[in-house]
Amino acid sequence: MKGGAQPELPGIGRRAVLLLGLQAGLAGALAWRMRDLQIVQNERYRLLAEENRVNLRLIPPARGLITDRHGALLAGNRQNYRIVMVRERAKDPAAVLARLAEIVELPSDRQVRALKEMEGRSPFVPVVVAEHLSWDDVARVAANTPVLPGVDAEVGLSRFYPDGPSTAHVIGYVGPVSEADLAKLQDPDPLLQIPRFQIGKTGIEQRLEHELRGQAGAQRIEVSAAGRVMRELGRVEGTAGRDLELTLDLGLQSYAMQRMAGQSSAAAVIDVTNGDIVALASAPGFDPNSFVFGISSGEWNGLLGDDYRPLANKTVTGTYPPGSTFKVCMALAALEAGVVHPGDGVSCPGFTALGNRRFHCWKHGGHGRVDLRRSLSQSCDCYYYEMGRRLGPDRISAMAHKLGLGVAHDLPMPAVSAGNMPDAAWKKVNRKEAWTTGDSFNYGIGQGFTLASPLQLAVMVARVASGTAVKPRLIRAVGGEAVPFEAPAPLDIAPQHLHAVRDGMFAVSNEGTAYRSRIADPAMLMAGKTGTSQVRIITAAERAAGVTSNEQLPWKRRDHALFVCFAPYDKPRYALAQIVEHGGGGSAVAAPIARDILLYALCGGLPPLSAYPAEQRDAIEKARAVTPPAAEGAATTPARNRA
Amino acid sequence: MSLADTSSRGGRRGFGKLLAVNWSLVLLLCALASAGFLMLYSVAGGSAEPWAEPQMVRFVAGLVIMLAIGMIDIRFWRLVAPLAYLVSLVLLVAVDAMGVIGMGAQRWIALGPIQLQPSEMMKIALVMALAAYYARLDPAKVSRPFWVILPLLLILMPVALVMEQPDLGTAILLLAGGGSVMFLAGVSLWYFAAAFASGAGLVTAVIKSQGTDWQLIEDYQFRRIFTFLDPDADPLGAGYHITQAKIALGSGGLTGKGFMQGTQARLNFLPEKHTDFIFTTLAEEFGYVGTTAILVLYALVVVFCVASAVSNRDRFGALMTGGIAMSFFLLFAVNMGMVMGLMPVVGVPLPLISYGGSAMLVLLAAFGLVQSAHIHRPRGRD
Repeated sequence: MKGGAQPELPGIGRRAVLLLGLQAGLAGALAWRMRDLQIVQNERYRLLAEENRVNLRLIPPARGLITDRHGALLAGNRQNYRIVMVRERAKDPAAVLARLAEIVELPSDRQVRALKEMEGRSPFVPVVVAEHLSWDDVARVAANTPVLPGVDAEVGLSRFYPDGPSTAHVIGYVGPVSEADLAKLQDPDPLLQIPRFQIGKTGIEQRLEHELRGQAGAQRIEVSAAGRVMRELGRVEGTAGRDLELTLDLGLQSYAMQRMAGQSSAAAVIDVTNGDIVALASAPGFDPNSFVFGISSGEWNGLLGDDYRPLANKTVTGTYPPGSTFKVCMALAALEAGVVHPGDGVSCPGFTALGNRRFHCWKHGGHGRVDLRRSLSQSCDCYYYEMGRRLGPDRISAMAHKLGLGVAHDLPMPAVSAGNMPDAAWKKVNRKEAWTTGDSFNYGIGQGFTLASPLQLAVMVARVASGTAVKPRLIRAVGGEAVPFEAPAPLDIAPQHLHAVRDGMFAVSNEGTAYRSRIADPAMLMAGKTGTSQVRIITAAERAAGVTSNEQLPWKRRDHALFVCFAPYDKPRYALAQIVEHGGGGSAVAAPIARDILLYALCGGLPPLSAYPAEQRDAIEKARAVTPPAAEGAATTPARNRA
Repeated sequence: MSLADTSSRGGRRGFGKLLAVNWSLVLLLCALASAGFLMLYSVAGGSAEPWAEPQMVRFVAGLVIMLAIGMIDIRFWRLVAPLAYLVSLVLLVAVDAMGVIGMGAQRWIALGPIQLQPSEMMKIALVMALAAYYARLDPAKVSRPFWVILPLLLILMPVALVMEQPDLGTAILLLAGGGSVMFLAGVSLWYFAAAFASGAGLVTAVIKSQGTDWQLIEDYQFRRIFTFLDPDADPLGAGYHITQAKIALGSGGLTGKGFMQGTQARLNFLPEKHTDFIFTTLAEEFGYVGTTAILVLYALVVVFCVASAVSNRDRFGALMTGGIAMSFFLLFAVNMGMVMGLMPVVGVPLPLISYGGSAMLVLLAAFGLVQSAHIHRPRGRD
């Protein structure tokens, strides 16, 4: 290739320039595209990158505490030690779980569930393997860390009820939010989307959920493409829920539960001066902590199958025929209507005839001539048949409502019953029948259509005792701020009539049907009214054969024992309504319990023996020695079945 | 043409040859590789391991190889060009055969610690062989059909073998690299028009073949093409890579998020962040300024090579340099186009910057040939 050959070779110049031009064009397109992405659309992509990177994670707030009127904790938050496991670090999760099961209690079904959950999630996501562990468990797990790869102990907050069963019906309990809850609640709070977030399921926990829950905090975290948390970018602490201070007195409440142990019973105690509910006890109780931790089916079935219905809130939801305790209301209605004067006598031959029916007085042979005071102290039925006839349903109903019966009181609990204090129109609508005199007779002794809850009866007594329209209340303060209190207005009832009824109630406790359950201390004299309400009809045949005594009847057909009372008589402080379901006679069964609870309330603790009648002191002293007062006798009673 | 002629050709020997090296080109390559080291350091989360350090070692080794190749006379390379092509072709067949015998597709042959990719070798060998072919061919005959068919076969044989692997990216690079040598050699433009037309026909046939018995490309390649056409249709599935790459690019802005501050790569939103998609990290961390700078550096490499080719009166050296320059251009253009969503994701690394030993060594060897052509070029009319 020398000399002459060279000029013949064409240069590649022209083609090279063409090629360079093509390349320049392509490079220009690339540059243009870069400009478009990086400059023109920068804002959009910057946002997308940020969205990729940053996740918002909610921090659940601490739930508000619930305390009694003295600050004793009723519902708190305690550290919930749980064990979480990370699949990718565990390598062989099944083997690690088996080893873990040797250290802490870990049922095999729980292991299977945990394994399944781990497989369903990214390998680095911690999965809760066990919850609600003790500090000892956690310590044991920590000590065994080398053989438990991927296992960590975590701590969160979980609801805790220190005195569980005593206040379970009032406080209720929390549980993990369910699909059903989400569907039911029109609540956009993102907290509810947190798995296992605890919300109130019943009681105050449910009704005041909005106060207790608080506001979520937020944590801005940087996450990788796979969702792994890289670091925290920022944190806004949430607001803890607001604390609630209740009007309840935990000491009194626990004592009432203990006193009622072994019975299906309920007691409501109200401060007559301001309506504060100091005790609202329904026995038997149940342990709300079981629900927080997830109740076992055995325990649940036990609760459901128990004839004593531990889950029912008998104080505000349960309604019963008030029986003779309703005579307090009847007496006032009659006096106010002017159909009787305190001194007027009514004859009681043991029954009242209506057409060819006989309405019997509880006392065979009758009480003879009965005035208002005796009608109450001896609980004469005939007197009140007569009052029922004289008044008619509408005036009775009006007085009942005035005294707080037949009204659902505004309390932060679900299913607060209104009971039933019917008038003529009610029967027309509900039974499609006209009111009869017989209905009025039954009304007069608190039977028939009448229904009242123990709370309503306590309100009735509180109103009679104070002469004011006391409204029951359960919440003293929210978030440290006292709930505004309105002094109750005087009742629109003549004071002398109130006095006459109170005097009659005094006679019940100190001369009449509840004499055995009187308070001996002159400073704390009690006034009350017994009640024994039938849950069955006594047939003519039964009556002919001699009324079957309660003891011979199956438990479910026995009478309810009731007692309502207040004390001290001359300066009323507490009103109480007591019911013992199917307990028998009010004077024999309900009154002694009621007196003990009332004395405890008045004394702020176990009363001195001097408060009791002299002849009962030995027996009471012995009983106290058997059951130490400190013991919480209100624990869940074992399942019973009397069906 | 014996090797003894070497001294008389370029008129240089020993140390003089070192001076004649195209040092500007070497400097450009070093600048690009350094950008690569920085990015590899960054995507490793601020660590020389596992990518930046091995890459540096390979680059230095590659530079030595480049200079060594450059020192050897261009006529030697012209002589061995057909041999190189043959060896590469045989190896390609061998790899394909291994793929059939063994499990699944394999693209490389293990030579001790080095993994040799015959398709990488073929990229250079094809350009060399074609340059040698046209250097010997009478320029008057270049457009005659018979003399066009031969180089066409030279190109299509390896392309078919590479497609068999299947490696669409390399196939495109081989086609374009070989085509550009033919173009520079002066083959009539009508042939190129015809090639484009038949290429378009082929693409249509490929698309139409989907789902039929005679399906021409793999399912995953179809998916890549379709997600390229509409990446947003399936942002978490197959389009995820393109979408995330565009987010990384776009979020960089004018000046970027700063060195090691790219969230897309660091948090693993980017696929293949140290290889095929490294450009997106660069764009995220250094912004438009950074990407433009890299583009300019690449363009300068091409311009320097073309300038050297144009001034080279040795037809083999000129054609080879031009072909290598074009191949190099295609490498970075295809990669950038790919990550910017202008092209389907075909698995082409960013030259000199992406992590990868084999590609880097082959590329630097190719620039060694460019240097050889440059150093030994018959200059001017002296």
